[in-house]
Amino acid sequence: MSYATPLLAVLATMVFGGFLFAFLGKDPIEAIITIFWDPLFGEFAFFYRPQLLVKAAPLILIAVGLALGFKAGIWNIGAEGQYIVGAICGAGVGLAFYPLESWVIFPLMALAGAFGGWAWAMIPAFLRVKFGTNEILVSLMLVYVAEQLLASMALGAMRNPEGRGFPGSRNLSQYESAHNAELIAGTGMHWGVVAALISVIFAYVLLTRHRLGFAIRVTGEAPRAARFGGVNPGRLILFCLGLSGLLAGLAGMLEVSGPAGQITIDFNVGYGFTAIIVAFLGRLNPLGILFAGLLMALTYIGGDIAQSQLGLPAAAIQVFQGMLLFFLLALDLFTNYRLGFGREAAA
Amino acid sequence: MTGALLALSGLTKAYPGVLANDDVSLSIAPGEVHALLGENGAGKSTLVKMIYGLVAPNAGRMEMNGAVFAPSDPRAARASGVGMVFQHFSLFDALSVAENIALGMEDPPKLRELSAQIRDVSETYGLPLSPDRIVGDLSAGERQRVEIIRCLLGKPRLLIMDEPTSVLTPQEVTILFETLRKLSAEGTAILYISHKLEEIRVLCDAATILRGGRVVGTCDPRETSARQMAEMMVGRVLAGPVREAPEPGPALLEIKSLSVPSPSAFGVSLKDVSFAVHAGEILGIGGVAGNGQDELLAILSGEWPCLPESVLFKGRDLSRMGPNARRGLGVLAAPEERLGHAAAPDMSLTENAMLTAADRQGLVSRGMLDWNRARDFAERVIGTFDVRTPGPANAARSLSGGNLQKFVIGREILQAPDVLMVNQPTWGVDAAAAAAIRQALLDLAKNGAGIVVISQDLDELMEISDRFAALNEGRLSAPQPTRKLDVEQIGLMLGGAHGMEVANV
Repeated sequence: MSYATPLLAVLATMVFGGFLFAFLGKDPIEAIITIFWDPLFGEFAFFYRPQLLVKAAPLILIAVGLALGFKAGIWNIGAEGQYIVGAICGAGVGLAFYPLESWVIFPLMALAGAFGGWAWAMIPAFLRVKFGTNEILVSLMLVYVAEQLLASMALGAMRNPEGRGFPGSRNLSQYESAHNAELIAGTGMHWGVVAALISVIFAYVLLTRHRLGFAIRVTGEAPRAARFGGVNPGRLILFCLGLSGLLAGLAGMLEVSGPAGQITIDFNVGYGFTAIIVAFLGRLNPLGILFAGLLMALTYIGGDIAQSQLGLPAAAIQVFQGMLLFFLLALDLFTNYRLGFGREAAA
Repeated sequence: MTGALLALSGLTKAYPGVLANDDVSLSIAPGEVHALLGENGAGKSTLVKMIYGLVAPNAGRMEMNGAVFAPSDPRAARASGVGMVFQHFSLFDALSVAENIALGMEDPPKLRELSAQIRDVSETYGLPLSPDRIVGDLSAGERQRVEIIRCLLGKPRLLIMDEPTSVLTPQEVTILFETLRKLSAEGTAILYISHKLEEIRVLCDAATILRGGRVVGTCDPRETSARQMAEMMVGRVLAGPVREAPEPGPALLEIKSLSVPSPSAFGVSLKDVSFAVHAGEILGIGGVAGNGQDELLAILSGEWPCLPESVLFKGRDLSRMGPNARRGLGVLAAPEERLGHAAAPDMSLTENAMLTAADRQGLVSRGMLDWNRARDFAERVIGTFDVRTPGPANAARSLSGGNLQKFVIGREILQAPDVLMVNQPTWGVDAAAAAAIRQALLDLAKNGAGIVVISQDLDELMEISDRFAALNEGRLSAPQPTRKLDVEQIGLMLGGAHGMEVANV
């Protein structure tokens, strides 16, 4: 039953999203087709299909990391911030080497990006372990700090000296050693896709075969039993938050060096938040996340098309995506509980 | 029988794969105290749940005062005059007695009125309890009184009590029995579920014995010996535990002036606890629940930290070691709460075997888990300790309490510990399974292990422990050889620090 709810949630989202679009004066059927069908099989599918991989890769990479923590009841809500800091660190290393060409630059950037995300996530982790603060709040608030940091980088330290005063860094896609280029031209296949696939396999093996994954699962199921079984809750928090930050940072670096190309004020587009939906939609299961990431990427791309062709506001698309999580959680609730009516008064 | 209050005939309830109740009939007269006996999984709970409206029977009928009685939910059952006191209390620690009782009522009166009613009932039935006290501060016996009073306010004609004495001191049991006799004299029938056969002999007028979901006999408990009843429950002749004189061995585990503040508002701080466990010895630690037992076990197992040099194993300081490091040295534990602490409820038995046996049984190499070996180990525990389950792939939650307890204890015993600490090893476990667990503990001690048994069951501690100590509000009395103590003395040791009046010592 729990595997059927994501599908039902998608259907419910289509129906209620249709109502929403109808309210906005658009033909709901057309809008749904534009979002879900056109990117895959429409006239310009050859252009959109590679985009699917490009969008899905960071979502999957981030969601896999988040899911590990969520499974253990460790709630990293600030992947967006870790993603931004990862991008800044990765881009920073690349820009520091400019215009030197060397094959070591890109791996160094990847390391720096991963480190940046990890370090950003270690702030809530450390505060939680040391002082018992709530990691949900701290990680979320750090997103806004990261956004300010990003703005200051785009306007200050990392601004392109040859950019005629425009905000934004040099474009890394024009710097060969730092460019996360398509590995096979025209497929959308870049290092981010590779990293996402590896992360899925890694997380799957970790959860099913490794002691640490077992510790994560037991902690989520029964924290006291986990403690009795020798799991150190503090260390698990450091590991889960650290790993999800690391993957989010890596995703940020791969994005800034590839599809985005440069550090700009609004470089982040909410992948870190959308990945939360992806993680739940995929049932916190690495393989499920693979599919959920592709589905979510589809709504991104389809949403863009709907925006440009049907004139749907961007906010409507975001509501549409949010509905997906809403219906998923609601349906989960109803598979476990029954709605009761009547006067069951309690004092 | 004419004038039966409740008459059940041919009740049958099947769950997938199990016939929990098969053609069960019994009748209870007004004012009768009727015992329901049976091993775990014999179908007692299912039967009681049908009476209380929690599950509906597949066949058969129930009559209350001659009219058809088919409660669709507990509310309907309560409206018909059935009250139930569960083994596990459902109370909120942070609320007062009166608030807790109000929460369970359909239509609660004003708190002040309710408090007056509570005082009234508590005086009438000799259940001392102040409605203003916070439940978190109450002892288990007092919490049970809250549940009983909650039922009595509904003026039940039938009161169902599930294992009511498992958490009480002997003195509290006496008080409870007097209350129950008073109720019975007023015409309230009582359906009494217990494993403690001696209690049933003292209290009950009639007994129905279930085995495998069927009624296998009825008897008058006042004229039947406990042994005979036990044998009817189990269906075979019971052997008492085989006990050999312990040879004093070297001290294995030493606890020196252990003091640990309670981490939560309703926990208990341990104060200056000292004892030693020797090879081949069983040390029994008695005490009413909530006097520091859980805390003591958590510290001994390594789940909670304590100050250096307060827990020593063969002279080695364990204080800073976590559970797995202690397991590596041979110091193992089994906590009281089976679901959620000793075992993860929704995980399979194989996964639960992995939980504590990973290192000692070589189920893990370089961090990678060997699920095949874990399954073999789980199967070995299931086989050796006669755990009734279709197989190791079943979730811990699907096992009955007694079977899961056998699994949890067996899992530790099969790891050949040097020191084993168990909390409530036979709580809620039927006679045959309890005997098997006790025998396994005795055998383990005979082979040279040191064992700490924390239990509220005094008979159990008298039966298996070599030395006995009592835990009261976080303090441990000096261990005494068990042979020199009788139940009365121990009961007073436990009750004294518990605020009970100790009359005619």
